[in-house]
Amino acid sequence: MLVHDTALLFRRYARQTLRSKFQMLFGTLMPLLYLLFFGPLLTDLPLGRSGDSWQVLVPGLLLQLSLFGASFSGFALIMENNWGVVERLRVTPVSRAALLLGRLLRDVALFVLQSVLLVLAALVMGLRAPLAGILLGFVFVSLLSCALASLSYALALRIDTPQSFGPTVNALTMPSMLLSGLMLPMALAPGWLDVLSHFVPFRYLVDAVRDAYVGSYATSAMLYGALVAAGFTALAVTVGTRAYRSAP
Amino acid sequence: MAIISTAGLAKTFTTKAGPVEAVRGIDLSVSPGEILGFLGPNGAGKTTTLRMLTTLLPPTGGAATVAGFDLRADPAAVRRRIGYVAQSGGVDPQESVRDELVLQGRLYGLSRADAVARTAEVAAELGLTELLDRRTPALSGGQRRRLDLALGLVHRPDVLFLDEPTTGLDPGSRADLWQLVRGLRDTHGTTVFLTTHYLDEADALADRIVVVDAGVVAAEGTPAALKQKYAGSPGASLQDAFLAITGRAPAPADAAPVAV
Repeated sequence: MLVHDTALLFRRYARQTLRSKFQMLFGTLMPLLYLLFFGPLLTDLPLGRSGDSWQVLVPGLLLQLSLFGASFSGFALIMENNWGVVERLRVTPVSRAALLLGRLLRDVALFVLQSVLLVLAALVMGLRAPLAGILLGFVFVSLLSCALASLSYALALRIDTPQSFGPTVNALTMPSMLLSGLMLPMALAPGWLDVLSHFVPFRYLVDAVRDAYVGSYATSAMLYGALVAAGFTALAVTVGTRAYRSAP
Repeated sequence: MAIISTAGLAKTFTTKAGPVEAVRGIDLSVSPGEILGFLGPNGAGKTTTLRMLTTLLPPTGGAATVAGFDLRADPAAVRRRIGYVAQSGGVDPQESVRDELVLQGRLYGLSRADAVARTAEVAAELGLTELLDRRTPALSGGQRRRLDLALGLVHRPDVLFLDEPTTGLDPGSRADLWQLVRGLRDTHGTTVFLTTHYLDEADALADRIVVVDAGVVAAEGTPAALKQKYAGSPGASLQDAFLAITGRAPAPADAAPVAV
């Protein structure tokens, strides 16, 4: 039943997303701007790790896309809550996990699609990376999107208005982006900043994707990235499901 | 055997200011096929009770069975057998009437073919057939309320919970909805649990009325019996009886309709 109900809800949300071409493409705008106007500035700079500047920047932009896109997924849920749709669904026998997973699958599909577009643009700009590494990057984007969207929905079920939700999410995502080294590797940072960044889970993910983009798969960064991504996703989905179960 | 039965059903909310007892122990027994009017002034515990019976809120005390299943032990089984129409509705403005009804049927386990067939059936019953392909924002208030009702009925529930079903409707739409609710009971034997602020609505629709106040049942009986007991004669108004029971007038609804 979980699979059946999740598939039903995924189809509904996917159909709604497909109707909005703007929503599908808008998320790629900010990373694309970084790619076009920030990427060329890094071309000849030493970035403190192996690979060229595109192999350092593009993994960061992929996770930035996921960070800023998925973290704001809860906006749609606040609207549905105000329409009474969430309550209507919660009175059906559908499992609370399916109510969440249907949405999360749509989110993952959307952000992976946007990531593919971003990578295609990056290839045109000069990115060269092994296919396996690029595909591994999409796996990390999927896990991060799933985790952040799940937490975003959990928060949205506790906050009534977009006016409160937006600033709260902004206050969490902006320092996360700066501290995780998405734009530039934390290897360039002073010691205290480098230490601080180790408390931000996204740092491990971006380090892993950067390794993948230079074809280094059997590294400690890859191991830590995979463990953090899996653990963070499991924790976030549990929090999201519990939020659906106990929403007021 | 009662289709809804509660014993000491209670809900205490934990707030920063301390515990708040919203429902202090409700005892109810609703027979199959009955239309029960559940009335009370604002803050009496009506909505909290309704939300517990529809599994939206876990009780903190007491016991309840709905449609033969224990509310706490098996909420999923309860959900399979109830329909719920919230005061504010629950329609997605991005969808068509048909898509909403088919999805709702499928969420209750109907196959696609059955959900499509039930959609046609319930749309015909509620006068929505011509509107099936319309986007929901294009519906009038009365049409939208009928869609809310259809969403609560598409899986043929044993018990239908209606929360302030006619708030904001014009008198004609109210009368139509009353007719539909009576038809449900008469044709399908559906039990209806109705909360309303409109005493004329409760008087016209309910077989029996339960008045709650301060989180407990303050009075119950047929409309005529309540009027006789609390207002002096079966010909008195339910308003007089309500005032005598609670000492307060019913809370005003969002948009008071013209009495019909």
